[in-house]
Amino acid sequence: MSHATYDVVVVGAGIVGAACADEFSRRGMRVAVVDCEMVGSGATATGMGHIVAMDDSNAQFALTRYSQQLWQTLRPELPEDVEYDQCGTIWVAADEEEMIEVLRKRDYYGQREVPTEVLDSRTLLRLEPNLRPGLAGGLLVMEDAVLYPPCAAHFLMERAQKRGATFHLGQPVADAGQGRVRMRDGSEISAGIIVNAAGAGAGHLTPGVEIKKRKGHLVITDRYAGFLRHQLVELGYLKSAHSISSDSVAFNVQPRRTGQILIGSSRQYGADHHEVDSGILARMLQRACEYLPGLAQMSAIRTWTGFRAATPDKLPFIGPWPVDKSLFLATGHEGLGITTSLATARILVDQITGTKPEIPIEPYLPSRVAKEHAHV
Amino acid sequence: MSRRMRQRFEVLVVGGGPAGIAAAVRAAEAGRRVGIVDDNATLGGQIWRGESEAGSEASRWTERLRSSGASLLRGRIFYQPEPCVLLAEADDLVQELSYEKLILATGARERFLPFPGWTLPNVMGAGGLQAMVKCGLPMQGKRVVVAGTGPLLLAVAAYLSQHGAEIEMICEQASWTSLAWFSVALLAQPSKIFQGFQLKKELVGIKFSPNSWPVAASGRTTVESVTISRRGKLETIPCDYLACGFHLVPNIEVPVVLGCEIQDGCARVDDLQRTSVAEVFCAGEPTGIGGVELSLIEGEIAGLAAAGRIAEASSLFGKREKLRLFAKRLDRTFRLRSELTNLPQPETIVCRCEDVRYSHLRDHISWRAAKLQTRCGMGACQGRVCGPATQFLFKWNPDSVRPPIFPARIESLAGLTGDSKQELCETTGGR
Repeated sequence: MSHATYDVVVVGAGIVGAACADEFSRRGMRVAVVDCEMVGSGATATGMGHIVAMDDSNAQFALTRYSQQLWQTLRPELPEDVEYDQCGTIWVAADEEEMIEVLRKRDYYGQREVPTEVLDSRTLLRLEPNLRPGLAGGLLVMEDAVLYPPCAAHFLMERAQKRGATFHLGQPVADAGQGRVRMRDGSEISAGIIVNAAGAGAGHLTPGVEIKKRKGHLVITDRYAGFLRHQLVELGYLKSAHSISSDSVAFNVQPRRTGQILIGSSRQYGADHHEVDSGILARMLQRACEYLPGLAQMSAIRTWTGFRAATPDKLPFIGPWPVDKSLFLATGHEGLGITTSLATARILVDQITGTKPEIPIEPYLPSRVAKEHAHV
Repeated sequence: MSRRMRQRFEVLVVGGGPAGIAAAVRAAEAGRRVGIVDDNATLGGQIWRGESEAGSEASRWTERLRSSGASLLRGRIFYQPEPCVLLAEADDLVQELSYEKLILATGARERFLPFPGWTLPNVMGAGGLQAMVKCGLPMQGKRVVVAGTGPLLLAVAAYLSQHGAEIEMICEQASWTSLAWFSVALLAQPSKIFQGFQLKKELVGIKFSPNSWPVAASGRTTVESVTISRRGKLETIPCDYLACGFHLVPNIEVPVVLGCEIQDGCARVDDLQRTSVAEVFCAGEPTGIGGVELSLIEGEIAGLAAAGRIAEASSLFGKREKLRLFAKRLDRTFRLRSELTNLPQPETIVCRCEDVRYSHLRDHISWRAAKLQTRCGMGACQGRVCGPATQFLFKWNPDSVRPPIFPARIESLAGLTGDSKQELCETTGGR
């Protein structure tokens, strides 16, 4: 292994690492990917796979929308098992106060050429008859989609492999930087560029990178074809999902192509164990049943947890790590890694190859939080 | 909305088969407050289900249980919300069962191996078909091939024959040589293997073929014939049913979820049937497939030990040891031959819930990799069928069990039931 020569070593074979491997190899660079487990087995395996344009901040919108368009371009090439389905998102407004937020959101998306449709109470129920009556309305964002992330990661990795990329799976990494990645078994891979795409584990790999694990729970039901047609998210989601300090739950459900319903979501800091937290699980399901009363009688077949890689300012780290010239970061995507993986890879490789990126990259540069380290 | 009920027990027994019944009887007779919970309406587990013949061992034990003072509960354990509490679901009831000592006697299920046509209607588990006949499925004049491995095949063949079926053949994959010991044991002490079956008599005239296994089942809408590999040659036998089972797999989902140490697919226990988790005991098939008699003894020991009757429990160790030796030999006798890994064809479905075919699985490196990429094991049976099959086919180790242990209603997991405190949803920063 130590004799092979690569231009880039990507640490992490999740969707972000896979997208990076795909993009580097597309630009003709020699890539190796290292992962302690297998392709798409971390947060990629545990997340929902919602391809969503998010408007929490302009920078978040720019990255999610750009990436969503990259997914749309890729769509004809995606194999069947990726289950890409442009089902759209409905942001559900419970009351008139939330309808004001619907209108604000419509204007925000409208100014940026994202097609939406405002739904009144009746239209909402016509589109999703299993929602409880009495909700105020919602906003349909038509171009949002869902996919099955492990197969999407696998597809990207396979494409990279066809262009000559090599994988070193089941290889825990001891440390990375200064032009080399050292495995726990003592072997090394060297390259001019090291990409830390290790998700929630990125901080262990590169000391000083501020990534916190943010735990989430999901539940999947048996098959109930036709019960749900769009990804449904409560408008309170924006507030609850991004409340930094405390545990929260929100109504966020997704129709799978199998007819199964994926129920989320929860966010917790400081819970580092994988076990299902019965209190959070109960709150999350109660919330879902408030919106979709019919869920209560459905059969749940599996619950699981996963860890999002959260940064202090809710934006990912994409770009050079200022204290080590060989090291680049592609991590910290919180709950949006599936959506933003493709754009992350694009703007990272743009930076490295000196290509002009299609969106401003400053908001994502790791230097924004690493300044103090740079001067140490 | 379902009702919710809370109950406290000194000793809670999960599983109403022989091991569970014996455990509950011994603990209750020792004066403990005992609950025994099973998801079937009738006690007895898979092996004794619905047997009520007066004087049989099954009815002696169930009678003893009824007069022991133990509470009989119906429900399926699906979740542990906090230490020393299990939730059980039944119809419109969720029971919150708390305990000081817990005895897991969760039994075993049949192992299925995929071969072309195994998903055709009327290709059934051997035990499964027997259970359906017990529930009234008519067998008069039906031609049945019984195939696979293990002592259960003989018991099922005898039972079906008693109920009017024509047993075309019993195909046992084990060889004559490995069966030699078993046949002697069977002739000498049939009761050791099958409670309540007078096998010698029932099996007279039925063709029993070792070194034989099914390679394909065919038919238009239901099975019409089965092709058997018999002493190296293929033979096609017309039939109305194929009853098929490749011995048993311990049900270790509850022990796994509770964190009990697992060794070679079984819960590891000490002399007193204690698992690696404090106050949790395990008895019967989940500690290793051993049949009714061993299950009863292990159940008795667990029940006595949980009740603090250590001396009495210890007095049964010798008997258990003998039965364990017998179980080990049973295990060797019916070990699956490696040729059976060649049964599936590329297009053969391995995971029935998610329609995953053999060709999509064989290149994966592990159970988890296959699950993630193909959804194998992610369906409603939670991998109970394809898990043991792929363990045999590919030597994969099924990974951790994820709650709920059995599919459960969302409201049961949400605590959205009857008299429980309805906590207000405190969505941070929500509405």
